[in-house]
Amino acid sequence: MWRFLGPLAVFAVLVGFFALGLKYADYHSDVPSPLIGKPAPQFALNEVQENRGTFASQDMRGTVWMLNVWATWCESCREEHQVLVDFSRQNVVPVIGLDYEELRGDAGIDRSELAKLSPAEELKLARQRATQWLSERGNPYTQTALDLDGSVGIDYGVYGVPETYIIDKSGIIRYKYIGPITVEALQDNILPVIRKLKG
Amino acid sequence: MRALFLALLMGLAWSQAATAKDAQPVMGDPVIQARVMHLAGELRCLVCQGESLAESRSDFAADMLAKIRSLVEQGKSDQEIKDYLVARYGDFILYRPPFSGITAFVWLTPVVLLLAGGSLFVINLRRRRAQVHTAPLSAEEEARIKNLLSESDSKA
Amino acid sequence: MIPEIGHFALIIALCMALVLGTLPLIGAARGLPRWMALARPVAQGIFVFVVIAYGSLTYAFITNDFSVLYAAEHSNSALPLIYRIAGVWGGHEGSLLLWILMLSIWMLAVTVFSRHLPEEMVARVLGVMGLVAVGFLSFILFTSDPFTRLLPAAPDGQDLNPLLQDPGLAMHPPMLYMGYVGFSVAFAFAIAALLSGKLDATWARWSRPWTTVAWAFLTCGIALGSWWSYYVLGWGGWWFWDPVENASFMPWLVGTALIHSLAVTEKRGSFKSWTVLLAIFAFSLSLLGTFLVRSGVLTSVHSFASDPQRGLFILIFLVIVVGSSLLLYAWRAPKVGLGGSFAMVSRESLLLANNVLFTVAAGTVLLGTLAPLIVDALASVGVVAQSDKISVGAPYFNTVFVPIMAFAIFFMGVGPMAKWKKDSVPELAVRLRWGAAVAVIVAIIMPFVLGHWSWLVSLGLLMAFWIIVAVFQSVRDRWVRTHGDRGFAERFASLPKSFVGMQLAHLGVAVFILGVTIIGGYEVGKDVRMDIGDTVEVGGYTFRFDGVMNTTGPNYDAQRGIITVLKDGRPIEELNPEKRVYRVQRQPTTEAAIDSGFFRHLFVALGEPLANGAWSVRVYYKPMVTWIWLGCLLMAVGGLIAISDRRYRILARKQRELLARGVGDAAAAPSREPVLTRAEVKS
Repeated sequence: MWRFLGPLAVFAVLVGFFALGLKYADYHSDVPSPLIGKPAPQFALNEVQENRGTFASQDMRGTVWMLNVWATWCESCREEHQVLVDFSRQNVVPVIGLDYEELRGDAGIDRSELAKLSPAEELKLARQRATQWLSERGNPYTQTALDLDGSVGIDYGVYGVPETYIIDKSGIIRYKYIGPITVEALQDNILPVIRKLKG
Repeated sequence: MRALFLALLMGLAWSQAATAKDAQPVMGDPVIQARVMHLAGELRCLVCQGESLAESRSDFAADMLAKIRSLVEQGKSDQEIKDYLVARYGDFILYRPPFSGITAFVWLTPVVLLLAGGSLFVINLRRRRAQVHTAPLSAEEEARIKNLLSESDSKA
Repeated sequence: MIPEIGHFALIIALCMALVLGTLPLIGAARGLPRWMALARPVAQGIFVFVVIAYGSLTYAFITNDFSVLYAAEHSNSALPLIYRIAGVWGGHEGSLLLWILMLSIWMLAVTVFSRHLPEEMVARVLGVMGLVAVGFLSFILFTSDPFTRLLPAAPDGQDLNPLLQDPGLAMHPPMLYMGYVGFSVAFAFAIAALLSGKLDATWARWSRPWTTVAWAFLTCGIALGSWWSYYVLGWGGWWFWDPVENASFMPWLVGTALIHSLAVTEKRGSFKSWTVLLAIFAFSLSLLGTFLVRSGVLTSVHSFASDPQRGLFILIFLVIVVGSSLLLYAWRAPKVGLGGSFAMVSRESLLLANNVLFTVAAGTVLLGTLAPLIVDALASVGVVAQSDKISVGAPYFNTVFVPIMAFAIFFMGVGPMAKWKKDSVPELAVRLRWGAAVAVIVAIIMPFVLGHWSWLVSLGLLMAFWIIVAVFQSVRDRWVRTHGDRGFAERFASLPKSFVGMQLAHLGVAVFILGVTIIGGYEVGKDVRMDIGDTVEVGGYTFRFDGVMNTTGPNYDAQRGIITVLKDGRPIEELNPEKRVYRVQRQPTTEAAIDSGFFRHLFVALGEPLANGAWSVRVYYKPMVTWIWLGCLLMAVGGLIAISDRRYRILARKQRELLARGVGDAAAAPSREPVLTRAEVKS
């Protein structure tokens, strides 16, 4: 008689997993980063403002800082932008923007036209787009680096936009947030990490 | 495939000038291409979550393919390239779960299931033989059956 | 106004389903003929109102009524009419409405084709289906109402997902759902049998046609899905082991075990509790599939909504339906008994082995699909580390699934040749030796003929030809026993349909394996940069790039490539792959161009534009890919032929007459155990 209960028992175990899966539904869709606790990959890229030359990640040594990966073509980035602007006004930590594949990642750009641009032309156009977008919507970034071909993004394990990293004074990545930052995420997840790092 | 464009520029710098119209151009060295596609089949497209890099048409896949290609051209081995990507994206980017701890149960369970099924099969057959007795026929039933069988024999 | 009528119709349908799910079942338990008699008319009423509801939603789509939120999200005025009709099931809410429409169609079919069944059984079957309808109608009305209004109405809709704007959308979901949902009939029969306590060969004979038809639809639905994703997604892959694909494949695997198990229960009275359990599993997996793709616990290219709230509702429904049926099974199954005995080597044991293998295969697929979810769940309660997140994809599934199936295929060849109740290995070996030899020789030699030898191809060919020679031998053995003096057509017609159907379906499996093996082993693809006029050679064909021009479609702008295909220097075809940007959603899609032939497909897709008008282009030569879907079609047709067998019709007619004459249940459900073989009589 008891063996006939077998299927029911197996089913009960499965339901347990489903219930857990449902409870933590948001959780699973993020790919966890293996870079937490590892040194942030160093890079030097063109800055969005021409007169500022380049931004080097080395320059941030000694402070806790936030690296926010975004692009003008990214819809979800618009959702988080106001939160970022408000946050930057509080001057808790410097917010550095990484403009990811500004032109190459934009599906609406004609590929063949893009292929005809020289690197200097691409840089100029990217700067134009980014500056305009930021002046229209507010600029939360102390500095913005242009990752035109996405290679820095790959080094950081970026697979979508927006993504945000918190990096400590010695240049170690301590936290990664995937998706648009909400006020709750800022209060509950990000700020506690920043406070702990600042000591 | 914007970065592929870059890779192509590099390739063109190496190769001969484009030949006549009936030439057979190849996207870089076919050996390299084969390695790239082989690796791409072993890696997951992270924005698709179901397709490999070889199958996906997404921009992310295109960028990853370009990166893999440049690593192959630098002379890195398959394992080094996989390690490079795993260092940045985690084990999740591997399409085939590595045989370690938690994933062991994923690979072993089918074997366990098969063995369990096999033993259930044997047990079931043994129990059947022990428990089921074919009911003997009464004389009347035997006669009925003989009748029916001879009927169908005559029809055939 | 019309959407409100639709909404109201759904509410009425829910009320009727509540009636259907309660009164006839109580009536059957207590022997109340009038309550049992409610079942048919109420079920038919549900059908009428669901059709009204479905029709109203379709009306909203066709007339571009964007005050209906669902239409505003999934349609557009520039969308071609066929996609406005098919697009109704392109999103979560509409596809659920399709689900319930299919359920009500099956309910209607049961009311019409069940005149030969005792009222008690019909009442129970429809009652159970009514309960399922209650669940889905509640789910729709409380969490996923397609008739929600959007006020003020949107000026235009957000357009249907461009990936869905394809003829595949018109065919795949309806077929698939007919199959998926059709297993609810088999399920209902199983529950009815458990409730009544009468589980015998007659019950198996009644439920077998229903199950087989549902299985045939599911086979077609899955094949259509595979064909559709072949030319829409990726670079011409035909199966991705995507969670949603697996969600439809698992019921198919269990369904296949079920139709074979039913065969044994019908002919021999054995496997009764196994069959009932399989019927419960099959439908449970259908429901599970619904949960998986709509709750957000798994993501895939196919997922609909990712809504944990909805997920919770379905999970609760799943727990109630599956939990109570498994409880009922645990309670009633021990009394069912084992049925007839059979030897270690016999057709029954081979079919039992088949059952076990298919169930293990389904379990393996289930495990692989759920593994990421299970690991995440364990991580969320701290049992494992977060970074242990795993991914399970095609490499895993192919590695574990193929060996299990290889065993099953070996048995598929032997099974039909084995005798019922008792056979012996030496005898079987003798009967099969020539066939086996032929299969092995072909499997070894053919790869050389096709191009190059690989042991994987050889193995696949061995499996396919093993089935083919077994089919050939079975048919020949049967043929020899038909009347030699009659003509070919007459002799063929005298073969029992169930036999012909079985052989055809098994042949379909062989055709399928041939397709999979050959395309797996001999597909050739090249990813090349092409300037205008450049050529590339693939698979013996030459492809010439003649440029790209801009065109427009009804709701998209496209860049259209011109590729001329030449064979031996002569142009045979022009292929036009496109890169489209759909205007509303601004989503780029890649449309491949395929030259389809019975023995090969030529597959061309545009990559990216490069400097000076050149493009990167992917070109593939895919041999025998059509055979994959042809095999599935043969399987489905075989199934349908099998149930057109005389015995279902004759016995149905006889039972109707008996029932009409008032002989009642006694005639319909004989208490006798099944047929005895000649061997036993003579002993």
